[in-house]
Amino acid sequence: MGAQKKGATARVSEDPEELARHPLQAILLADSFTTKFRPITLERPKVLLPLANIPMIDYTLAWLESAGVEEVFVFCCAHSKQVIDYLESSDWSSQPNFLVATIESHNSISAGDALRLIYERHVIHGDFVLISGDTVSNMSLTQALQEHKERRKKDANAIMTMVVKQSKPSPITQQSRLGTDELFMAINPDTKQLLCYEDKAEYSKGFISLDKTLIADNPSTVLHNDKQDCYIDICSEEVLSLFTDNFDYQHLRRHFVKGLLVDDIMGYKIFTHEIHSSYAARIDNFRSYDTISKDIIQRWTYPFVPDVLCGNSAIRVERRGTYRASEITLSRSAQIGPFIVIGQGTEIGNDTKISHSVIGEGCTIGSNVTIEGSYIWNNVTIEDGCELRHAIVCDGVTMKSGAVLEPGVVLSFKVVVGQQFVVPAYSMVSLLQQPTQQDSDEELEYADSSSGNVELPSAKLNGDITSDLSETRHGPTSELGTGGVGYIWSIFEGGHDEEWRHSVAPIPTDKLAKIMLDKDEDEELLTQDGNVLSPSGELKSDSDANDSEDGDNEGSRDDYVSFEKEVEATFLRAVHENVKVDHVILEVNALRLSYNMASVDCAGAIFYSMMKLAVESPHSSSSELHRNAADVITTWQNLLKSFLHDIDEEIEVILKFEEICLESAKEFSPLFAQILHLLYDKDILEEDAILRWADEKEGADESDKVFVQRAEKFLQVRNELIMSIRVCIWLL
Amino acid sequence: MDFQVVVLAGGTSKNLTPLVSKEVPKPLLPVANRPVLYYVLHQLEQSNLKDLIVVVEGKDAALLVGGWISGTFVDRLHVEIAAVPEDIGSAGAIRAISHHLTANDILVVSGDLVSDVPPGAVAANHRRHDAVVTAMLCSVPISGPSESGSSGGKDKTKKPGRYNIIGLDPGKQFLLHIATGAEIEKDTRLQKRILRAVGEMEIRSDLMDAHMYAFKRSVLQEVLDRKDTLQSLKQDVLPYLVRSQLKSEALSNRIPRAEENGNEKVSSQNNQVMVSQILANASTPSFHDLCSVSHDGSAPIRKTHKCCAYIASSSSYCARLNSIQAFMDINRDVTGEADHLLSSISDHNNIVGPSTKLGTKTTVGPHCMLGEGSEMGDKCQVKRSVIGRHCRIGSHVKVVNSVVMNHVTIGDGCIIQGSVICSNVQLQERVVLKDCQVGAGFVVTAGSEYKGESLARKEK
Repeated sequence: MGAQKKGATARVSEDPEELARHPLQAILLADSFTTKFRPITLERPKVLLPLANIPMIDYTLAWLESAGVEEVFVFCCAHSKQVIDYLESSDWSSQPNFLVATIESHNSISAGDALRLIYERHVIHGDFVLISGDTVSNMSLTQALQEHKERRKKDANAIMTMVVKQSKPSPITQQSRLGTDELFMAINPDTKQLLCYEDKAEYSKGFISLDKTLIADNPSTVLHNDKQDCYIDICSEEVLSLFTDNFDYQHLRRHFVKGLLVDDIMGYKIFTHEIHSSYAARIDNFRSYDTISKDIIQRWTYPFVPDVLCGNSAIRVERRGTYRASEITLSRSAQIGPFIVIGQGTEIGNDTKISHSVIGEGCTIGSNVTIEGSYIWNNVTIEDGCELRHAIVCDGVTMKSGAVLEPGVVLSFKVVVGQQFVVPAYSMVSLLQQPTQQDSDEELEYADSSSGNVELPSAKLNGDITSDLSETRHGPTSELGTGGVGYIWSIFEGGHDEEWRHSVAPIPTDKLAKIMLDKDEDEELLTQDGNVLSPSGELKSDSDANDSEDGDNEGSRDDYVSFEKEVEATFLRAVHENVKVDHVILEVNALRLSYNMASVDCAGAIFYSMMKLAVESPHSSSSELHRNAADVITTWQNLLKSFLHDIDEEIEVILKFEEICLESAKEFSPLFAQILHLLYDKDILEEDAILRWADEKEGADESDKVFVQRAEKFLQVRNELIMSIRVCIWLL
Repeated sequence: MDFQVVVLAGGTSKNLTPLVSKEVPKPLLPVANRPVLYYVLHQLEQSNLKDLIVVVEGKDAALLVGGWISGTFVDRLHVEIAAVPEDIGSAGAIRAISHHLTANDILVVSGDLVSDVPPGAVAANHRRHDAVVTAMLCSVPISGPSESGSSGGKDKTKKPGRYNIIGLDPGKQFLLHIATGAEIEKDTRLQKRILRAVGEMEIRSDLMDAHMYAFKRSVLQEVLDRKDTLQSLKQDVLPYLVRSQLKSEALSNRIPRAEENGNEKVSSQNNQVMVSQILANASTPSFHDLCSVSHDGSAPIRKTHKCCAYIASSSSYCARLNSIQAFMDINRDVTGEADHLLSSISDHNNIVGPSTKLGTKTTVGPHCMLGEGSEMGDKCQVKRSVIGRHCRIGSHVKVVNSVVMNHVTIGDGCIIQGSVICSNVQLQERVVLKDCQVGAGFVVTAGSEYKGESLARKEK
């Protein structure tokens, strides 16, 4: 308790600020607000997942206690009940001088929400440590705290100190050993002020951009690619109020840190504190789970290692990094390799080989099983002849004899793998079905889905396991072989082909070779770019100008797309809720003004929405589609007409229609002529417009003229015999 | 040392009118009564770099410069004078004299550099790292008069200007990024690839590229041949080499690139790595080596080259004479704080040449220089100024913070502040000049007052 001693000496000193000393507080976020540990986190909060057989949150709390923190506020959101129950049943609730209080929320979807809620509770007074419950560290906070306080005295704007650690990302995969993306930080070497923080700098691929004012203000800046963010922050009270002031801050780094760095009006500053010999890392994904587990077994995190944390000598350390609980049944012929942890009451059969793995409590492992680099939690049954390589196996899983887990597999709670079944590499298997709605914004998922529909089945599992199992047994059996239970999750979009990055399995060498090749090609392109840019300053500025122009175009096109979307939404609402045409016209006009669009664009967008509605309403053949379209056009012709003031707008509608046929809804292309007729028929399009359109297209490419040819017949008829149009429609 | 030195002496720079003229090209502008080129040549001689090519823009200027060099450095240096057309840029100048270059390494120095940084140290640094290019970097000078107060117009306390944005590795040995010219005013874009390789890059805006480079000849020639759009060494060639250091196209071995097949590449590269490691055993293994070593043998070996930096110590003096302000500053500094550049100095911190005549009650303050054969009348004051040879200065004349070149006649009662008076100028009585430049041979009529003007004879 070195820190407390320090506190005592500080009290003796005459410093008035120290006299009015608050106990050191910490906020521990027991929710990561990400979905990286799915499917496991659908059933259990991440902070309670075992790390070398001890829940993660214990490592964090034990460290906070040793670092001299006196009050910890544990913020629980997803599965909050489980966290609270755990903390109440553990020793943490009864420690003297170390208060663990929980704050529960059900509707927080991000760290920002959590901090806003904590601010409202008025529990934090003075500096506090902000940490998430999945952080393992053994650093001493004394120095960092002192630096923070001294800076605060000099400059009230120095509101945060971030802990960083040396860690060079792999030059090939560009991710750190913890599986996190590479991080670029600009730090002033003298003051240690953080000047720039780029964790996802994809948009300026190949280049990292530093603001010119930043360089003007700092004659010397060090840009780091070799530092790792430990996600341990020492914050001043203002941080909480800042989150409240900026209600759009969600993510601690992406919004808060970057927001502060960009904002130069308030002048808030963030500083860094680098640790050298001590350990600090956050479990962000499966790969860091693997890495940190190994670090713990190899005692880098001492004193936070299984034998010390468990106390009362329940676990003994033997040579070659073997941790054994006192009561295990081990066959004589079993080969227990280096760096393993075996929990209480586990049985291991004959000729089984285990290395670099963690085995939980109460597991039954048969004979001739090979386990390598895997994490097996509690009460797992592994029958004879199974093979596991670099897999995570959660509580209550049963692997029937001869089942094989290829590298990177995650088996969630109570999954049963059928006999001789080979689970393919990187599969995620769960009893719960994959949530169908894949929200692309990763921050939102974990919390809101678990409080919503997903909580239900997990509750059911806890309550009535047997009936539930028997139910599911009928369903997804085929997915995991005979007798298997569970769904193999499909890899969702976005993560495609990247699953190896964050998996527990080491990256296969052929993958590495492939990345190397790809990267070389990338760089080839890059240097070529460089060459184009190189000759002189003039040329460079030229091409820059082009860049920005492209950017502008891009911007306006984006604008148009979002405008179109808005119009479409308005239109659909009108269709479903029977809004009056006049109102729709008003709304669309309002949109037009807010997006700064021309009335031509309105006509195009409305027509687009109509056609989209037609194509989305159920149809089986093109004639049905035609009828749909006809219905829509007839119903909403007044709306469309009100935006067709002159011939240009009518031409725009035809052009838009052409675009629809070519791009978004190809089903329309055979119906092009017919719908054109219809539009003419309804007096939506005038003859002139159609003829002008045809004229305009005269000079275009052959490919462009496809639709003119389609409409040829119609055009001819128009020119010759206007009266017989009606007949024509039927003929066509 | 197998080093050839190219001194880019320049010609009649437009920045320096009216100081330079056909008779006095830029290399011969006097700094403390010696042509500016003297300082470079002197430093080169001190470093035992005696094989020089002096490149001068324009034939007439070349003749003048050549005449001066052969007169001053006869037998001490082996100097060739090369005349090149004007406005072809520094890269163009090197291209023009390319066939004269034979040594393995080339040291390119700008002729307007006044510095006490030994060129030999830059060359040695270059050799030690087996670099493709080594650039000398120095601290940004603080321009403007150090002691303001003499004149109100000049004491705008300038922040140190920014000339370059430079990225260095943690050991400050390698040049990882350089931005010059207009790029400085934009956001800096750094290559992630280099950053990844080195892990940590220090970005400095308080350093300046002093235009003293050591190049590997083969690479320099290849780059100049292949990329004929490169105009300037400082603005184009150096940034190009720095940018492409991890993806080198300019291989320093002589195998033509197009015909290379994989094996040759590997072997030659291996050789090179070995050689460079032997040569670089004094320095720590650089990231270049780490990058160029293949990871599993099958992957293609990447070609790298090293760009080094030689950072002059902050106590050393380094300035380029490329503007009128710089001309004034350098003249002041060389007689003042950087007086070690001159060999002889008297007890009073001033230099008064032999056979000068001073009238009664005339004071010559510290940090002044008075050329030989000059005469001054009674009750004159000279402060922080340089006065050339054979000047005639009347009585009651005040010369402060100024440079007066040779054969200048100054009438009684003139007051000269912060001005440059070129050779053969005649100032009649009671002329008052403040912050002016007076071109060669100009006559200022009696009693006239000028402030902040540039006076020169009309070209006939």
